[in-house]
Amino acid sequence: MAKSARRRQLEAVVLYPLDWIEERSGLVGYTKWFLFRNVPSDISWAQSLGFATLMAFISQALTGVFLAMYYKPDPDSAYASIESITQDLTLGWLVRGMHKWGASVFIILLFLHMGRVFLFGAYKYPRELNWIVGVLILVLGMLEGFTGYLLPWDNTAYWATVVGINLNATAPIAGPFLAQWLQGGLNIGTNTLATFYALHMLLIPGAIFALIGLHLYLVVRLGVTSPPWSKTAAGRERIEAPGPREGLIREPATESEPT
Amino acid sequence: MSDDQRDTPHVPAPSLWPIGFAIGVACILVGLVVSVPALIVGVILTLVFGALWLRDVFAPAPAPAPAVETPRYGQITEADLGTPVDRATFLSLATIGVNGLIGAGLAIPVLGFGVLPSFLDEGVDTHEVDLGPITNFPEGQYVIATYLENPDQGEVSRRTAFVRNNGLTDDGVPSFTTIFSRCVHLGCPVQPNGPIDEEAKKDVKGVELRPVLAASFGCPCHGGLYDSEGNRNAGPPVRSLDRFEFSIKNGNLILGRLFSVGRVDGTGAKARISKYYKAYPGVHVDGIERFLYPIPTPGSRG
Repeated sequence: MAKSARRRQLEAVVLYPLDWIEERSGLVGYTKWFLFRNVPSDISWAQSLGFATLMAFISQALTGVFLAMYYKPDPDSAYASIESITQDLTLGWLVRGMHKWGASVFIILLFLHMGRVFLFGAYKYPRELNWIVGVLILVLGMLEGFTGYLLPWDNTAYWATVVGINLNATAPIAGPFLAQWLQGGLNIGTNTLATFYALHMLLIPGAIFALIGLHLYLVVRLGVTSPPWSKTAAGRERIEAPGPREGLIREPATESEPT
Repeated sequence: MSDDQRDTPHVPAPSLWPIGFAIGVACILVGLVVSVPALIVGVILTLVFGALWLRDVFAPAPAPAPAVETPRYGQITEADLGTPVDRATFLSLATIGVNGLIGAGLAIPVLGFGVLPSFLDEGVDTHEVDLGPITNFPEGQYVIATYLENPDQGEVSRRTAFVRNNGLTDDGVPSFTTIFSRCVHLGCPVQPNGPIDEEAKKDVKGVELRPVLAASFGCPCHGGLYDSEGNRNAGPPVRSLDRFEFSIKNGNLILGRLFSVGRVDGTGAKARISKYYKAYPGVHVDGIERFLYPIPTPGSRG
C-alpha cells in the first residue's frame, strides 16, 4: 500500500535531521547497535539490575555535582556548609539525602547485580573479562564510600577515617606510605579533607565512568545470557574442538602445521 | 599455556574443592582474630583442600601436542636479522619515542606533585608544645592535657596527652610519663579509666589540664586495654602506647617529638622504655612482625 503524500512529507521532516547526523557521524547506526539488540526471550526483571545500578550511579553523579556547588572542602567550613545545605538551602535536604542514601542504594544494587550474574553463570566464557571489569567497579564504588564518608567532617566521619587510614597503614611494607599519602602528611588534617574530596569527586568517578563504558560495550558485544533454566540456548557456542578458530589475532594454526 | 595447535579455551575441569579451600581461608582469618584452635583448623582445611584442588587442576593432563619444528609466528629468523629499518618503521618508532618522552616529561612532575608533598613537606620541624609550669602536675597522678599541636591548623590539630609526674629518678633528674592518647591499634582516642577531677580543671594558656585517677587506659573503638604505663593488657593493640619526649625549660614542661614504644618494664621513674621511631598505629615495632614494615616513612623520625 503506497504511503500518502502527507505521510511521506512527515517522515521526511523527522528523518532528515537523523540522516544529516548519520551521514556526518554514523552515530544513528551506533545508537541502533547499542540499543536495538536481540535478547533471550526468557529474561526477567533480574536482568534489569545492571541498568538499575547504572541509574543509581548517574543519580549519585548528578546530585554530587550540585552538592559540590555548595560544599566547602575546608576543615573550618566543611561542617558548616553541610549544615547550610541541609538546613537553609531550598531542597538541599532532599538532594543531600538522595546522595547519602543513594550511595547505599548503589552498593546494594551492585551486590544484587553481582549475585544475579554469579547465580545465572553469566560470568562464564566468553564474559570473564566483563566480570573482572565489574569487580573493579565494585572496588572503586567502595572507595567512593570511604572517601565520601569523611566529607561531612563531623566526629563520626573524622574518627571513621582515622581508623580507615590506619587500617591501610597496617598493610606490610607499603601500608604506612599509602596511609601517609591518603592523609596528605604526617597527620590527618587540612590536606586530608581536600585529598579525599578530589578523589571522591574527580578521580574515582572518572574511572568508574570509563569502566562502565567498557562494561556496557562488552555487554552489547557479547549479548545477554539466557537464564540457566532456559530451553533455548542463546548466545555464542563454546568452541571446544581442537583446530583453528576465527576471530583471533594470531595466525591460523594450520599454516605452521607440519605436512 | 597456549600453543598454536589447540586453540580451545584453557579452562581446568570443574572442581568443588575451592569451596573447602575458601572456608579454610575464612577460618584462618577468623582464627587470627579470635582463637588459635580455629586458626589451626583453618590451616589444615586450607592445606588439605588446596592440595585436592591442585590435584584436580593438574590431574587431567592434556595429550601433549606434537612438537613443532618449523619457525613459529613472531620468531626471529636469520632472514630478519640484518634487514635495514625502512622509512615507515623508523618514522613510527620515532613518533612513539618522541611522544613517549613528551608524555613522561609531563606525567612525572605531575605524579611527583601528587605524591611527594605528603612525604617531604611536613614534619621537618617538630611542634614543641608548652604545657605550663610543672607545679601543675601533682606527683604520682595522671593529668589529661588537651592542646592544639599546631595553632595555625586550628581544631583539627587538637591532641591529648596523659602526663604523670614521677618525681625524681635515682640520678635526681625529673621524670614524667607522657603518653599520647591515640590507640596503637587503629588510632582512636584512648580514655583513662578512672574519675576525672573536673573541679581541679585548669586552663594554662590554651592548654586544658584535668587530673584523673587512672590505673589503666581503654579504647572505646575496639576494646584495647592498657595498664598505667601504657603496656597492652588486652585487645587488639600491637605495642605499648606512644610517648612524647619531654624537656623542662624555665620550670615549664615541654612536649617534644613523638616516639613509639615496644614495651615498658618497671613503673614510674624506674621504668625502662624500649623506644622506636614513630610508627603508624597497628604497625609492629618489635617481635618478628617488625620485618613486615622494613622501610620507615619520611617524617617518622621527627
